[in-house]
Amino acid sequence: MLSSLIIVFREVLEAALIIGIVCAATRGMDKRFSMVAIGIILGALGAVIVALFADVVADFAEGMGQELFNASVLLTVVVMLAWHLIWMAQHGAELASRANKTGSSVREGSEPLTVLILLVGLAVLREGAEVVLFLYGIAAGGSSASMMIMGSLLGLVLGVLVGFALYGGLIRIPTRSLFAVSSALLVVLAAGMAGKAAKYLIQGDFIPALGYDLWDTSALISNNSIAGEVFGTLIGYDAKPAGMQVVFYVVALVLILAGMWWAKQKHPVASFTKDSQAAA
Amino acid sequence: MRVILGLMFTVLALSAQAEVPEFQVVIKDHHFVPAEIRIPAGTKVKLIIENQDPTPEEFESDSLHREKIIAGNKTAKVMIGPLKPGSYPFFGEFNEDTAQGVVIAE
Repeated sequence: MLSSLIIVFREVLEAALIIGIVCAATRGMDKRFSMVAIGIILGALGAVIVALFADVVADFAEGMGQELFNASVLLTVVVMLAWHLIWMAQHGAELASRANKTGSSVREGSEPLTVLILLVGLAVLREGAEVVLFLYGIAAGGSSASMMIMGSLLGLVLGVLVGFALYGGLIRIPTRSLFAVSSALLVVLAAGMAGKAAKYLIQGDFIPALGYDLWDTSALISNNSIAGEVFGTLIGYDAKPAGMQVVFYVVALVLILAGMWWAKQKHPVASFTKDSQAAA
Repeated sequence: MRVILGLMFTVLALSAQAEVPEFQVVIKDHHFVPAEIRIPAGTKVKLIIENQDPTPEEFESDSLHREKIIAGNKTAKVMIGPLKPGSYPFFGEFNEDTAQGVVIAE
């Protein structure tokens, strides 16, 4: 029961942390909760479909389909996050001032909300597919199935609770700094996912590793510990990264920051008024 | 662009697989057989893992930097190495109690 709890908790944790931050980061935006809910539902449905066709996916690309699939999903999420961050760099100041004043949502929150749906959906899909496969294994396994399913449910609940806790902590931050904090969190989250995508591409032998174990901090926080898992998701921590993982991480980080900087130059915060925003 | 990249990947993958030694592993009743795999150090090798159980398993190893799900009654390949001489434990995440093994590079 404990083992199934831990397995499911680990898988749910990553999606829950992402959703927690995204919910906080989009504070003040119209309909964000329904968008996130739709994303979760679509992601869960997608996870079942991916799990059903797991062996078809696996046979793609000379048997390296799973690696290619995971890397593609991760890199798509990175692009979505980059898009969201650059959009927020342009419109964040205005969102913050409105959310502060009225506590109500911004009507013309014009960020394509489909980005939100996709972002959440893909995060749920990738981790969810693994949970579905694991549960299928339990269900087919027989004897101790009910205990294992209890454990899995507990793991699911615990993972979701951590997501809520993170969200609850973040929204206590005053709105103006919340956007700065959540943006910073999302930037490192995105860079970490780019690094993880590199790991899958290396595993599939699509790109060279550029050296394994560039450094080893397993003694401090190992990859298999819960702390390693949390930091792995939040900041892309890896106790023993390969060179190419670090390259992907740094490139994603620099590109996103440059994009945000560029967006801010285009829309200087000081010139923000409701009217100029409406005109833009 | 996509197509070109895809082709490049395929060519890379094919060329990399050309002269790689292969090692067979079987998953049966949630055990790896053999549980100890001896491979040459300093070169890439391919593990051909055949899951004879009806349930899926995840081949996972922190020291080998690999995690791959293998559906029930399916075979998957995992490229590992080049490794320094030493032992590299791996396990099946879905049945960690029994599914344990080690790669020994020498």
